Amino acid sequence: MKQLMLGNEAAARGLYEAGCEFVSSYPGTPSTEITEYAAKYDEIYAEWAPNEKVAMESAFGASFAGHRSFCGMKHVGLNVAADPLFTISYTGINAGMIIAVADDAGMHSSQNEQDSRHYAIAAKLPMLEPSDSAESLAFVKKAYELSEEYDTPFILKMCTRVAHSQSLVETADRVVPEQPPYEKNGAKYIMMPGNAIRRHPVVEERMKKLTEFAETCDFNRIEDGEDKSLGIITSSTCYQYVKEACGDRFPVLKLGMINPMPVQKIMDFAAGVGKVIVVEELDGIIETHCRSIGIGTHLAGKNLFPPLGELSQNLVAEKLHMGAASGVKLDENIPARPPVMCAGCPHRGLFYTLAKNKLHAIGDIGCYTLGAVPPLAALDSTICMGASVSGVHGFCKSGNGEMAKNTVAVIGDSTFMHSGITGLVNIAYNESKSTVIILDNSITGMTGHQQNPTTGRNLKGDPCTKIDLESLCRAVGIRRVRVVDPYDLAECDAAIKEEVAAEEASVIISRRPCALLKYVKHPGPIDCNEEKCVGCKSCMKIGCPAISFSDKKAHIDNTLCTGCGVCTQLCKVGALGGKKEE
Amino acid sequence: MAEKTKNIMIVGVGGQGTLLASKLLGRLLITKGYDVKVSEVHGMSQRGGSVVTYVRYGEKVYSPIIDKGQADCILSFELLEAARYTEFLSKDGMIITNTQQINPMPVITGAAEYPQGLVEKMKAAGINLDAIDALGAATSAGSSKAVNIVLLGRLSKYFDFTEEEWMKAIEESVPEKFVEMNKKAFIAGQNL
Repeated sequence: MKQLMLGNEAAARGLYEAGCEFVSSYPGTPSTEITEYAAKYDEIYAEWAPNEKVAMESAFGASFAGHRSFCGMKHVGLNVAADPLFTISYTGINAGMIIAVADDAGMHSSQNEQDSRHYAIAAKLPMLEPSDSAESLAFVKKAYELSEEYDTPFILKMCTRVAHSQSLVETADRVVPEQPPYEKNGAKYIMMPGNAIRRHPVVEERMKKLTEFAETCDFNRIEDGEDKSLGIITSSTCYQYVKEACGDRFPVLKLGMINPMPVQKIMDFAAGVGKVIVVEELDGIIETHCRSIGIGTHLAGKNLFPPLGELSQNLVAEKLHMGAASGVKLDENIPARPPVMCAGCPHRGLFYTLAKNKLHAIGDIGCYTLGAVPPLAALDSTICMGASVSGVHGFCKSGNGEMAKNTVAVIGDSTFMHSGITGLVNIAYNESKSTVIILDNSITGMTGHQQNPTTGRNLKGDPCTKIDLESLCRAVGIRRVRVVDPYDLAECDAAIKEEVAAEEASVIISRRPCALLKYVKHPGPIDCNEEKCVGCKSCMKIGCPAISFSDKKAHIDNTLCTGCGVCTQLCKVGALGGKKEE
Repeated sequence: MAEKTKNIMIVGVGGQGTLLASKLLGRLLITKGYDVKVSEVHGMSQRGGSVVTYVRYGEKVYSPIIDKGQADCILSFELLEAARYTEFLSKDGMIITNTQQINPMPVITGAAEYPQGLVEKMKAAGINLDAIDALGAATSAGSSKAVNIVLLGRLSKYFDFTEEEWMKAIEESVPEKFVEMNKKAFIAGQNL
């Protein structure tokens, strides 16, 4: 029977059915669930690596040893793993290897919306682009066979709407192919100049063969249409928008293999229609290819569709003059509802202290990026994973170093393990007076509670080696390392004041587990004594969603309040506190 | 004659349990032999932000998303969110909304006001609206967290599925110890 599966779950099913034995990834929306679902299969070894580069190199190692392997990441994660990517293109693989990268057009949960297809072209690697869950499963299985046939890693390109949409799939049994033996082969795997020079032509030759394959493979198919005044070339979720808007009216060339793209097939398709329109999200990759092979005169693409955000069926219908649906917008000022730090979030007390002391805070990637939102507004920058620790060094070391007196870096535990450590080594080695605050909530929060090297549990939930943050920071050369409880505002305030004033680098570990973790026990909602409340709004400075203000009094939402006590410490008249009577 | 694809949008506030509602609905629809697509949003907006899930079913479903003017039904977990997405409703569509109000941060900080009289305003705009106190019904059924099931109960009035089919979907979608409470919440939603 057919089952409803997320694109990511279906990709994981593909790993299982194809006999994948090794999975190493770093979580990142919208890629995370591939690895989480893969971990549910006992037959697959699956792990969270500290970052994407480590994940990809580990997956390569498994392939090198002779086992089908996989690594998954979000688009910006591929930047981190770009170094091995370009060179394993030269070495090729032993057992099949798949790299999944999930783009986030529309930036539902990302800091940019870069188009990962550029990487496949730049690294000269084949890339497949499924358009729903059934294809996610099928493409993974086929990619392993082709990976071994053409001696190359394959990239599986997902996007938010494929990764996080459920559609129907049919499953099959797992088949583990015979493992290729490991043989030492320096000419293929030791990429020093003398060998790499001989491997580069192999890569070029492989791309030629894959282009021939692209001409005839099932990934790229033409669906006929009666109205040949127009032909549409598309891929991924855009194919679905095109079919939704146009049905079977126009001929469609659906590309499932996005690198390399066919040449003759596209030329033949273009010759059979009046005009070609390319429908693709983000950059004009297919369009550029079409122009490069000489289809330019009757071609439209990015002149119609924007290079930013997601496309949709209405947008396709509108641009093809097919009449898009519309609805009634309410004539009313609807306030925005941005994401917020949860009630009881341990980051809140820490950010309040930063804002109160008017410090600059160089931020990073995670739930705590929400510390930028008013009323806390406690962050000055957010760039990428690890950029807080490296950035604060430049911020505090440049000029005469005066910025060190009023600046901190803030980074989560998982992000610190991902790429904060090297920045901290730089702080110690090049001796800036930077203050780094590690927001240790004992989990990778934003992506939905994944374990990491500091939590003492692995991806499968089993106990494992726990990296000790204090020892690690001291070992890289930081002498001033201290731990604070972010629920204790006085303690936070004293620690932060002392460490920014210190004439050397320091690390403050703000430690309390994420309030949403199941094992965390909360005291329960507090009460607001309305007779005592003077309406001073001191408690409103922390941006807690459980506190609202009306009729000149504070009110506690007892479905949200955890009783963390941060607001209680801010209330000068003792109105907030005690347990709410049931 | 191919049946037109039906579109149900589930909107609410991150953390309200919209994902469970779409999961349950998706599960039920495939047992009826439909092609189904359910599109979710994970990640940052789940932290108390405005969240949208699209459920589409029919003979053959292409796009995973619902666009403006296309929703046959918007199932809203919160009043402001119902008002936010009216533009997605099709001409003959209807909104089922929980009348619960959850202040967004701009309202909490005083930067914006929660609009008053939204139910009346939506009705005045010609929207077919079914507004119910799902939070009250869920709390009486045993848990304020069962708002999602109360709303599904309400939605069931507009579907041809049998009581048994819905109950089976509940059994398959929630932990065993919560099944009875959720069944109660479902029936409460029907009878409000």
